[in-house]
Amino acid sequence: MIVASRVGHGPRLAPLALLALAALLALGLSLALGSVSIPFEALLEVLNGEGEALHRTLVLELRLPRALAAFGTGALLALSGALMQVLLRNPLADPYVLGLSGGAAVAALAAMLAGLGATLVAGAAFGGALASMLIVFGLAHGTGSWTPTRLLLTGVVMAAGWGALITLLLAISPVERLPGMLYWLMGDMAYAASPWPVLAVAAVSLVVMLPLGRTLNVLARGGLQAMALGVAVRPLEWTLYLLASLMTAVAVTTAGSIGFVGLMVPHMLRLRLGNDQRLILPASLLAGGTLLTLADTLARTLIAPQQLPVGVITALLGVPSFLYLLYRSR
Amino acid sequence: MDALETHRLVIDIPGRAAGRPLDLRVSPGERWGVLGPNGAGKTTLLHTLAGLRAPRAGEVRLAGLPLARLGRRAVARRLGMVFQTSHDDFPATVLETALIGRHPFLSPWHQEGPEDLALAEAALARLDLTHLADRELSTLSGGERQRVSLATVLTQSPQTWLADEPTNHLDLHHQVAIMDLLAEQAAQGSGVMMCLHDLNLAARWCDHLLLLYPDGEACWGPAEVMLVPTVLERLYGQPLTTAMVDGAPVFVPRR
Repeated sequence: MIVASRVGHGPRLAPLALLALAALLALGLSLALGSVSIPFEALLEVLNGEGEALHRTLVLELRLPRALAAFGTGALLALSGALMQVLLRNPLADPYVLGLSGGAAVAALAAMLAGLGATLVAGAAFGGALASMLIVFGLAHGTGSWTPTRLLLTGVVMAAGWGALITLLLAISPVERLPGMLYWLMGDMAYAASPWPVLAVAAVSLVVMLPLGRTLNVLARGGLQAMALGVAVRPLEWTLYLLASLMTAVAVTTAGSIGFVGLMVPHMLRLRLGNDQRLILPASLLAGGTLLTLADTLARTLIAPQQLPVGVITALLGVPSFLYLLYRSR
Repeated sequence: MDALETHRLVIDIPGRAAGRPLDLRVSPGERWGVLGPNGAGKTTLLHTLAGLRAPRAGEVRLAGLPLARLGRRAVARRLGMVFQTSHDDFPATVLETALIGRHPFLSPWHQEGPEDLALAEAALARLDLTHLADRELSTLSGGERQRVSLATVLTQSPQTWLADEPTNHLDLHHQVAIMDLLAEQAAQGSGVMMCLHDLNLAARWCDHLLLLYPDGEACWGPAEVMLVPTVLERLYGQPLTTAMVDGAPVFVPRR
């Protein structure tokens, strides 16, 4: 590894430019592919405000919102995973490790069981995620000293509890509701109503976190070390926790609990790019968005007209590439 | 010049009586050694002096101000801490690790510049680490890692050094090199306080000693006054043989 690639900002732009290019390609692909394939020239015409009516409807009203929603969701999950990993000083943490998706899932499934509509299910998921976040926040505070290990344990135990409740809800649900519930649990972009919440939250989070990049690098060396170097560790940790949780809650509300993106994307990038958060955070955002956009394109085209849960694709794409990178790394 | 002072300081070790409150003054140029058996509170004392944990009573002042009044960042610009253990859960190179010593001096929007890089590289050179600059921390030996920790604080170049067993894991030559480095920092006007397990390093390189007993008792003063064999034997509960070598006492545990 060349020193220059890790220090100073010029060289940092190269991997980001590459990832941005990949993101554009993935978005283009997801607009072009589907029940009707649209050639590249026709796609450009549509994006210029011209082209056939059918193509315009397909691209602008169906595929573009869904592609953007997938991109935003993937970006949120990867960014939130990267933050959770620093917060818990554990490269194996992911956005769901503290039980957030469990809380969201229990609330969403309960709403589905009650026969509520899509908007209310999304609202319930958001409420469940926030409730889970507050419970873990309150309990990890506890009466004793606060440590990342304690937060992790509290979250993991909460997640296990939510898991049991999810199984219970599935067990008592009527058979005709089960497919919808299972798709929600595995993550499905078909629920995404509008891409703007995820995109906006992802952009705002990145803007908030980027100036903290170097501070996060120091925090990754341990709480005491960070304090000794002048970091106000406790407020920073709560900021991380709240922001990462909110990001996850918005992502889960949009698309159900899509697994693997939040764990794998930051981890994979670290294997290639080192652990400078000033690079890893924007890179996670781009790579997470790209991965989920591609996965969702596959999910709706592989066995069309039937759609697969996108969470299955992220895992099937992610597991081999992750294992390959891990195997190749020093 | 900043001095590190404690005023009626009682460190907080759960379940231990208060013992003797500490009224210390580590002045610029002084080299303090903290001696005591395992569990006597040496690390806790250093962490308390660095403001990383709250004392049970009393206060710590740096340049005449209580640590809390100064704020974390201002403290980090004046006081550096060498930890006994380091975390490397995430990948990081040796140079990156030295460079974080500049963190207290940079605003959030600032990138490390050429001057910061030069300071880090000089610190690596001083600790014989230049050839390892691009290596991952996880591939280093214990002693090399210990030198990286010292390089980070050297990059920070604080007025007050707190070092928790700085010679841990080091071979003989590097033990001497590190003690020379700390002595050199003191000669340039830093106050240095270090926890040591090696009586002989303390006898040769420290001009003041603080003896910490497991029950919270403590005594301190100039090294030549404190290096009394009977006192040290009581401190460690270990009979010692004393010899004079090169005009300095050498302590050897008796079997």
